[in-house]
Amino acid sequence: MLTVLLAVGILLALSLVFGAILGYASVRFHVEGDPIVDQIDAILPQTQCGQCGHPGCRPYAEAIANGEAINHCPPGGQATIQALADLLDVEAIPLDGDHGTETAKRVAVIREDECIGCTKCIQACPVDAILGAAKQMHTVISDECTGCDLCVDPCPVDCIDMVEVGVTSKTWSWDKPQGVAATSMNIIATDRKAEVAH
Amino acid sequence: MQTTNIFSFHGGIHPPENKAQSLTLPLGHPSLPKELILPLSQHIGQSSRPLVSQGEQVLKGQAIAINNGFLSSFLHAPTSGSITAIEERVIAHPSGLSDLCIVIEPDGDDNWTERKPLNDWRRISKTDVLSYLAEMGIVGMGGAGFPTQVKLQGAHKHPLTHFIINAAECEPYITADDMLIREKTEQLVLGIEVLQHLVEADQVIIGIEDNKPQAIAALNNALAQHNSTIQVAVVPTKYPSGGEKQLIQLLTGKEVPSGQHPADIGILCQNVGTCVAVHDAIYLGQPLITRFTTLTGDALKAPQNVEVLLGTPVKHLLDYAQATHKKISRLVMGGPMMGFTLNSIDAPIVKTSNCILAASKKELPAPAPEQACIRCGMCEQVCPASLLPQQLLWFSKSQEFEKAEHYNLFDCIECGACSYVCPSSIPLVQYYRHTKSSIREAREAAVKSDLAKQRFEARKARQEAEAAEKEAKRLARQKASAQKTEGKSTATEAKKATPPAAETKTAILDESKKLKVDIALAKNKLKKLQKQLVEAQENEHVEEINHLQLQVTEQEKILTSLEQQLEKMATTPAEKSTKAAPAPVNEELKKAKIDVALIGAKLKKAQKQLAESPDDKELKANVSELEKGLVQAQSLLDRLTPSTAAQKADMLQKASSKPTVNDDLKKAKIDLAIAKAAVKKVEKALKKAEELKAPEADTLRQQLLEAQQRVDSLEKALSNPQTQSPMTEATESNASTDESAAKNEQIKKQKIASAMAKAAINKLKKRLAAEPDQAESIQQEIAAAEKRQQEADALLAQLTQSQDTM
Repeated sequence: MLTVLLAVGILLALSLVFGAILGYASVRFHVEGDPIVDQIDAILPQTQCGQCGHPGCRPYAEAIANGEAINHCPPGGQATIQALADLLDVEAIPLDGDHGTETAKRVAVIREDECIGCTKCIQACPVDAILGAAKQMHTVISDECTGCDLCVDPCPVDCIDMVEVGVTSKTWSWDKPQGVAATSMNIIATDRKAEVAH
Repeated sequence: MQTTNIFSFHGGIHPPENKAQSLTLPLGHPSLPKELILPLSQHIGQSSRPLVSQGEQVLKGQAIAINNGFLSSFLHAPTSGSITAIEERVIAHPSGLSDLCIVIEPDGDDNWTERKPLNDWRRISKTDVLSYLAEMGIVGMGGAGFPTQVKLQGAHKHPLTHFIINAAECEPYITADDMLIREKTEQLVLGIEVLQHLVEADQVIIGIEDNKPQAIAALNNALAQHNSTIQVAVVPTKYPSGGEKQLIQLLTGKEVPSGQHPADIGILCQNVGTCVAVHDAIYLGQPLITRFTTLTGDALKAPQNVEVLLGTPVKHLLDYAQATHKKISRLVMGGPMMGFTLNSIDAPIVKTSNCILAASKKELPAPAPEQACIRCGMCEQVCPASLLPQQLLWFSKSQEFEKAEHYNLFDCIECGACSYVCPSSIPLVQYYRHTKSSIREAREAAVKSDLAKQRFEARKARQEAEAAEKEAKRLARQKASAQKTEGKSTATEAKKATPPAAETKTAILDESKKLKVDIALAKNKLKKLQKQLVEAQENEHVEEINHLQLQVTEQEKILTSLEQQLEKMATTPAEKSTKAAPAPVNEELKKAKIDVALIGAKLKKAQKQLAESPDDKELKANVSELEKGLVQAQSLLDRLTPSTAAQKADMLQKASSKPTVNDDLKKAKIDLAIAKAAVKKVEKALKKAEELKAPEADTLRQQLLEAQQRVDSLEKALSNPQTQSPMTEATESNASTDESAAKNEQIKKQKIASAMAKAAINKLKKRLAAEPDQAESIQQEIAAAEKRQQEADALLAQLTQSQDTM
């Protein structure tokens, strides 16, 4: 009987001790905010375009943390979906076409002689990438432009073009080799000889 | 002179050297080509900025482009002639893309600009010598084209133990450095002395492979003549001993740590070509405008080394070396291991082009098809950077960038030894290059998205701060005005107030105060806006007028709604509390109503009970009592209601009449002011017209009459505040009175209208393309928009015409 009581007592004491430690730890190492939202936000492309239906990337990150689908971000494209799927340990699904399609990187360019200086695009730009004043010509700081499209619709004279950012010799990158499958027909040595010999 | 210890590095291969064929002929000097194409980006870092413009005449050695930032370089005219274009041309780049180039048409005279050698380089400060080298456009000639002055500056961070001159030239086919050493031994030694003076290393070693006996002999000879302390280290032939890090390991036994530069361990490397270029700049005052290049390959009848002007098209050199164009299956710039295929023979020679390899099909066959990795491990054995190529291949194939980086992908020097030995002919280097550029892209994207995030958040914070500031100002104003009125009201309150009603009274007072403050604010704003509107009308700003008009009407709406609220406040609860009598009356009224209802309910109940048991006397008595009470309550209620009703009606009238009258008065005054201004203008215009005896004078006179009539009517309206004249009418009259001004305004308006219509058409057309199923409706819309645009255009034309005639 005594042993039983002793065992119960010891377990009780242990549980109290560990409970106290855990309780202290939860206060001492308390995490402010939701770290998963930050991680999701870091993956999103930060174009702040609102194509996902949220006012910016962080709100969408919060929505994803609360269970929204991860395929609502066209600027991020499949790469972002893959990264999100890896982070959240869910299946990578194709991009939802309702929110737009993945396009090549673009920047806004104002046809400056047509601009009437209405400042509407300046107000629409989420990253302050448009420069200008009322009744003065506006222009886009292309390095800061995220290509979100948000300035195109407000323009009353339709003088903003979305121009694709072409590849220059500085931004060019090597192609990925086609891999084994592409040339698996030529495995036998005689095939290869036929290719090489002449 | 004395030989140093030679160490070894991991891996390496021994491909067929193929160096003999280009050394049979002596150094060649090709003729001037028809044009020289000089890309603005011949080095690592920012492209240079052109200093010349199209059509300008330049002299040989004249600077034609200036460095653009820290990591950039100068560019000089390789010969005299004229600038025919600054345009996009195909450049020597693995992508085959075009880049901005300066194109020079030589005049054939080869006139030098004034050359200023830096003969006193030992006496002047080292930074001056470095900036002189920068102005001479000297970059690393080994392959990467790193601006030399930047590299030398970086070497000052740590005291240098070794200064290594790279003459290894390990890649097959290439013999340019070999030939350079043979031809320009003196210059090379002098150039090394200048560089040694600049970096002050403990030891200067020339590293050279043992397959260049003539060059070694020449070097030893020259060094003996100079009595120099420079050592020559002959290293065994092994690819890639000419890699910077590999040569350092060979000569010093030290390994450059991952992610660091040789300068971090006190070592500096320079190519022999760079040293000769330094000599030419310092002693002869010649900028970097020529280089040694090997022309080789089976497709050339006369393979040789040439001293060639920068910008010479590859085609010109191929012709010079008697190329059989049919035989060329692959044209490679650089060696067969690390070079890249040129897509166009129009690409020019740049500062880093050490070899043109015109290979026949037999010489450089198309790469065999890639097969599965058999995990033989040969790639690991030959890797000079001691990496695990197989692991890197898996990570590259599966895009696991983090793991690839963890396995030090960025230490790969892309020498191609692994691909060379791979029995499955896997293009390993291409995989690594692709992965490296993907990782770089991802990093750049991350930096950019961070920046976008920062800017987005800064914008949000700014907007919030603006809103908060506005709110704080509003609150402050409200408080200030509230304190003022409170001071007044508390005094009156103290006299009048009765204890029970005090609480509700203050609450209501507070609210009404707030409303009053709001109304005052709104009125203020309205006044301001109206002032602005008048100004704008005088100055004829169409857009502003429209905008202001909208604001004015909105403000008026707000004001009236506020005033209505105040009225309500004043009529209902305020009345109850401010005057001592009506409040209790109201309460009594409520009580009486409740009493009536209660008694009525009780009566009903009692009557029901009575119906069930008609004999109960007690119940009967109860019912009669209740009936009496009901009558009493009813009479009380009747007495109370008329008095309150009368009071209500009275208050309503008082409250409502005043503000509206005030409002109308203001409006009328403003209208009047506008109309008067208009009259003045028309008078002016009339005077002018009369002076010029213009045909418009009559119409103007008529308009003046009209405007004056309007002023009269407005004055009348002002004296009689009941009549109203809407704002818009006044502005219309203003517009119609001043003809030329109004026309200007209208033209502006029409221009905007037409531009907007155009934009609408464009948008609709886009939509049409996007949604073909709604084509009909959209087309109708387009037609409507086009009509609008035409109207606007027609009106615009009319207006401009009439203005011109005026």
